[in-house]
Amino acid sequence: MNRVMEGAAAVPAEGARAGVADRQGQLAPLMIAPAIAYIVALIGIPFVMAALYSLSDVTTGDPSIDFVGLHNYREVFYDPVFRTALSNTCLFALASQTLVIILSRILASALMQDFRGKWLARFLIMLPWTAPIALGTIGWLWMLDSIFSPFDWLLRRAGLLGAPGVLLGPMPNLYWLGQSGLAMASVVLVHVWRLLPLATVIQMAGLSSISRDLLEAAAVDGATGWRRTLEITIPLTLPIIGIAFLFGIVFTFTDMTVVYVLTRGGPVHTTQVLSTWTFFRGIEGGDLAQGAAISLFLFPVLAGVASLMLRMARRAEVT
Amino acid sequence: MKPIRKLAARGALYALILSFASFAVFPFYWMVIASFKTDHDLFNPAANPFLLNEPPTLDHLRLLFFDTHFVTYLVNTFLVGVAVVAITLVTAVPAAYSLARWAKGWGETLGIGIFITYLVPPTILFIPLSRFVSDMGLQESLWSLILVYPTFTIPFCTWLLMGFFKTIPRDIEEQAMVDGLSRLGAMVRVVLPLSVSGLLTIVVFAFTLSMHEFIYALTFISMSVKKTVSIGVPTELVRGDVFRWGPLMAGALIASIPVSVVYTFFLDRFIAGFTMGAVK
Repeated sequence: MNRVMEGAAAVPAEGARAGVADRQGQLAPLMIAPAIAYIVALIGIPFVMAALYSLSDVTTGDPSIDFVGLHNYREVFYDPVFRTALSNTCLFALASQTLVIILSRILASALMQDFRGKWLARFLIMLPWTAPIALGTIGWLWMLDSIFSPFDWLLRRAGLLGAPGVLLGPMPNLYWLGQSGLAMASVVLVHVWRLLPLATVIQMAGLSSISRDLLEAAAVDGATGWRRTLEITIPLTLPIIGIAFLFGIVFTFTDMTVVYVLTRGGPVHTTQVLSTWTFFRGIEGGDLAQGAAISLFLFPVLAGVASLMLRMARRAEVT
Repeated sequence: MKPIRKLAARGALYALILSFASFAVFPFYWMVIASFKTDHDLFNPAANPFLLNEPPTLDHLRLLFFDTHFVTYLVNTFLVGVAVVAITLVTAVPAAYSLARWAKGWGETLGIGIFITYLVPPTILFIPLSRFVSDMGLQESLWSLILVYPTFTIPFCTWLLMGFFKTIPRDIEEQAMVDGLSRLGAMVRVVLPLSVSGLLTIVVFAFTLSMHEFIYALTFISMSVKKTVSIGVPTELVRGDVFRWGPLMAGALIASIPVSVVYTFFLDRFIAGFTMGAVK
């Protein structure tokens, strides 16, 4: 096809112009078609299938789809593990992203300064984001080991753990992933570790977009550093802080890797999240229908995030 | 400004950067040190865990490379990555060019629509896709990953390239067309050579994303020799309840570092895509 089109281009100027316009009309849709086809076939259709599954009784053993109405949703909703998973999913996302936004703001301002070894510092700080998440989490798994955790070693050394009457009790270890509270905190910690670099780079992009003139003018007018931050930098970078936050929410909200590698939802389902519960129910348990119903509880939040992003994108176009 | 205050500010800056860097790097330091520790040292709760208390050993590395499928995981990851990059280039480049150049109004909307599909997570899609993969007979085959990974690389890369193509002046192409090239010819021979850095960005992005992917690989593949590093290292180096920490850490480290180095160079470009023009 390309050959024909190229051949036809050897027509002199006047005629070519009309020809180009003609071909552009066909060429444009033709060139978009493969991408659209891919997206429809492997995102659109599966998405619809997920919705259909959730209303049916399909399992890996019995692949025929018979509709059962809202049965799965009812079943899922009265399951206490599901409720834990739902609230954990929201809790982990909100807690980690609140921390990430605050920390990334501080880190971004620091990285905006000039100092020696900046390239190395940046590389090291970005590692948690640039390395595969499953592998980074494996590192944490060993650091939070029930016996050999270096944190426990430090606490024992500091005299806070492992002797009768000390602050954290006589046991030699804290069992980070074995106690529900600590396990939940560990999951949040790993999410913060993982997403801090992304938020930092996004915030740096925001900071570097503020014009120096504006800040200097404010300084000349006598605004102190704090006032400049509160009244110029933060309001001007608010949209981009919003974007960092929204991406962070999407990534933590839908992530399965951290919980799967770190705790598998344990101890006794207290760190279970929607994505891991979908996996355990739908794939390991073979109940595709219920798995699909669980996963679709992610959808409202994602739809909300998507519409917020669309609004931001539109605003960016206007200004 | 008073020199003492200036010095203090510098010191505070370095202290801040240093503490953030330590937080980020500590798990990787932990991998390095575990990779070279003898088992005796590694499993001694009384020894200082931050240091090598016994002479370093290469046993873990030997075990990793010769007694596990680690090299196979690396090869699988590479094969999948290259194929995904190829599919992404072939679909995203023409789509992005077409949207950036020829589509008015609806093109922008369509572009944003494509980007939004990037937000549909594997967590929702892996259940129906697992059925699709088994219907196609692709279970336990790298082809299942090659087919499915472009679902997250195509939307983002199309969006990224769209922004990139818009920065190339139209005049250049128009000049080329006056000189007798067709529309398509102008794109292939004039615009693409100017876009090498943009194309390189999506190559890196598509490769790293497919290397990072976990859920699909975990769902579609359970045969040891077909695994990628992302799932092979966490699932296969654990025998029952026994974690072989030395080789496990070495494997995680070796697979992480090279890709991170390359990724870092391109990070700013990805961020430009993420921020969707909110920064100008």
